[in-house]
Amino acid sequence: MSLLLLAILSPLLLAVFVPIFYKYFRPIHTGWFVLPLPVILFSYFLTYIPITSGNQFAAQTLSWIPSLGIDFAARVDGLGLLFALLITGIGALVVLYSIYYLGKNKEQLNTFYVYLLMFMGAMLGVVLSDNLIVLYMFWELTSFSSFLLIGYWYNREKSRYGAQKSMLITVFGGLCMLGGIILLYLMTGTFSISEIMNMGADSFFHNSLFIPALIFILLGAFTKSAQFPFHIWLPDAMEAPTPVSAYLHSATMVKAGIYLVARFTPFFGESSVWFWLVSGIGLFTLFWGSFNAVKQIDLKGILAYSTVSQLGMIMSLLGVGAAALHFEGIHDSYFTVATTAAIFHLINHATFKGSLFMVVGIVDHETGTRDIRNLGGLMTFMPITFTVSIIGAFSMAGLPPFNGFLSKEMFFTGMVRIQEAGLFNLETLGILFPIIAWIASIFTFIYSMILVFKTFTGKYQPEKLEKKPHEAPMGMLISPIILVSLVIIIFFFPNLLADTLIAPAMASILPSLLTGTETFHVHIAAWHGFTIELYMTIGVILLGTIMFLTREKWMGIYRIFPEKLTINHVYNGLLNHSQSLSRSFTDFYMNGSIRTYLLYIFTFFIVLLLSTMGLKNAFTLDTSNLGTIGIWEIILALLIVISCIAVLFSKSRMTSIILLGAVGYTVSLFYVLFRAPDLALTQLVIETVSVALFLLCFYHLPKKRNEERMRFKLTNAIISIGVGLVVTLIAISAHSNKVFDSIAQYYVENTYTEAAGKNMVNVILVDFRGFDTMFEITVLAIAAIGIFSMIKLRLSGRKES
Amino acid sequence: MEILMAVVIGVLFMSATYLMLSKSLLRIIVGTGLLSHGAHLLLLTMGGLKRGAAPLLGENASSYTDPIPQALILTAIVISFGVTAFFLVLAYRTYQELGTDNTERLRGTEGND
Repeated sequence: MSLLLLAILSPLLLAVFVPIFYKYFRPIHTGWFVLPLPVILFSYFLTYIPITSGNQFAAQTLSWIPSLGIDFAARVDGLGLLFALLITGIGALVVLYSIYYLGKNKEQLNTFYVYLLMFMGAMLGVVLSDNLIVLYMFWELTSFSSFLLIGYWYNREKSRYGAQKSMLITVFGGLCMLGGIILLYLMTGTFSISEIMNMGADSFFHNSLFIPALIFILLGAFTKSAQFPFHIWLPDAMEAPTPVSAYLHSATMVKAGIYLVARFTPFFGESSVWFWLVSGIGLFTLFWGSFNAVKQIDLKGILAYSTVSQLGMIMSLLGVGAAALHFEGIHDSYFTVATTAAIFHLINHATFKGSLFMVVGIVDHETGTRDIRNLGGLMTFMPITFTVSIIGAFSMAGLPPFNGFLSKEMFFTGMVRIQEAGLFNLETLGILFPIIAWIASIFTFIYSMILVFKTFTGKYQPEKLEKKPHEAPMGMLISPIILVSLVIIIFFFPNLLADTLIAPAMASILPSLLTGTETFHVHIAAWHGFTIELYMTIGVILLGTIMFLTREKWMGIYRIFPEKLTINHVYNGLLNHSQSLSRSFTDFYMNGSIRTYLLYIFTFFIVLLLSTMGLKNAFTLDTSNLGTIGIWEIILALLIVISCIAVLFSKSRMTSIILLGAVGYTVSLFYVLFRAPDLALTQLVIETVSVALFLLCFYHLPKKRNEERMRFKLTNAIISIGVGLVVTLIAISAHSNKVFDSIAQYYVENTYTEAAGKNMVNVILVDFRGFDTMFEITVLAIAAIGIFSMIKLRLSGRKES
Repeated sequence: MEILMAVVIGVLFMSATYLMLSKSLLRIIVGTGLLSHGAHLLLLTMGGLKRGAAPLLGENASSYTDPIPQALILTAIVISFGVTAFFLVLAYRTYQELGTDNTERLRGTEGND
């Protein structure tokens, strides 16, 4: 196994040993054993930068199920490497943070790190897999490990609710994605992502599977990346421990959907459906997330909705960037700026959102609450935390001198420019793009301010806090400090990333724009001159400040939306209704009565057979091949019919038993008439024995109630007449449709010569088809043993217990 | 002849079904008895009726009735007898233990909903 594949699997391998560390090295926090791995992996993936910055890639393949075209193929290109560095880099910081966040003695550290490592390995697998099925496998493993991590404090009900919700939604999306993958395979004949991307979509545009595959894949991406209306799981996932929220629900897992969209842009990007879905849903999510974040009172709730909103922003940028595919050549980089912004903001978001989550975790850890109504005036107690959070939040709001400012400017640039593109009917709706983006940015500004100023300034309320606040230990502060340093460094030296990470990632997203050895020239500058973007940012700051200061006055608009119209309400209703509906449906048809089930069975019997006969025109009547009818046959037939009908109307059980006997004896007379002596003998004997048995059983039973006639039920009558009719019709039809003669002639000829017997029936029973007889004997033996044990074995233990 | 038999078999199936849809265990067993008679006669009828002598080579007849359906029916009779006997004793024990032969009242055990 090569080093690259080993690197992907190494977190899963280490996870196996975590419980051993936990059990046998109790004095040392288990996290210290985990920490080296992401650090090593991060430096390992750094060595790939020279390869990918030349738009080359590294690939390794391990044969897994070659007969199905499924191989564990890993491929490191610009996009994959960017994500791998994020996963391992943030992973290392999160592990470091968690060492101080989770107490050594209070928490189940073994399970925590096993889940976290599982997640890390799965996430690396998602972003580095070149095989769609392997990607799907790792995709589901991320859902699964995320489920385990959200439900980490499994004795809290809200954790379990959040875990279940995220599981249901992301697995729904994952299954949709699997459907999309299968459709892609049907179209292209391969599971290899790079092969599919090389084919390009041109020859598949008019394939009827193209649009369904597109929608299914997008469903997978939207559910994972918490896009509207699937964003509802993310706020509930905040019940997870804060390191998990920082890692999974801001920096990595929720970006798996972003990764998927970016990965498939070369294939689906030229379709207008893709453009409208990705950019439209992204923009709406951006607005909806930022709008809802303002009304949250839980710090993590604010951050969750803010993540939703920022993911929507990246998603919309990816959609808009796909429009660049329509303009050949990179020399006019007018529209590719959106893609640049998407990747740039992806990195920026991971830095400032990760740090903000860690800050919130510190506040929670040191004060015991995350409710902004109880917090305030913490600035003097926690100066470092305050500094970190103000940098993170200002970057989130898009203020200079932080990296969020750069990506927000580029975001505005992308949105302003797209309305100038004359395609996909953008002429009419295009003006909405910058407007929505601008409004959403105002809300982003407001909640960022709330996050900082409601927590750290204002009135200090010691009586509402569970603990006396003080600055966090240094170890807990290292990770957020590193992240916010990055926030500032990226602002001043954004082009450090441009050629190493952003340009190669763009080359993976928009490969068709490059020919030969061309590369993208990404240049990010903090100062563009007095452009429309700058005025938009100034507008955001001005209006945002005014609205932040006057928010008490207009917060009332949130009450306009009644609880019933929220998507959470719809989700809960859907869950409860589907449960109660299936419950009542099951109760309706599974009522516990044998008669009902028999009615279902017989009705299906009648309906299926009659409709088949009707559809196939199967009923024929051929009178040429019939035996003759004599007076005896008519008498016997009448006897049977009369006894049958009489059973139905008999009052006492004795009568019905005797009538059953009458039918049996008449049947044996029929055997006599139809020249079956052995049958007649057996039937006589057995009928006698059965009737005796019947009488024996039911004569001795005490008469508890008055015997009565069967009550007439019309449904029963109709069903039973139907059954009789169907059997008669099929019997006549089958008899009239005989295709070939019986094989009886063989037995007639060979019974004496081969088997030395003259009674053909007996010879068939014991010579030609002796196996049947053997097992029929077994049946009798089992019945006898069964009856014996039923009568003899009296275990009345149930009553005693 | 076969058509007449088909009608008789139809009546047997009809009354068997009607009995099996009733509430009383005994009637259900009587119904299964009628049903197996119907099935046996159906087997015999489908093999063809009244085609020559009984399947005994000593008859020296020019044609015999088909012996295969007879062998099949013989097996079926014995098996249905075994099952009916078992079922009968089961019903008897049920009646003894639970004091009812009304299937509508035979619904699970307490606490086993």
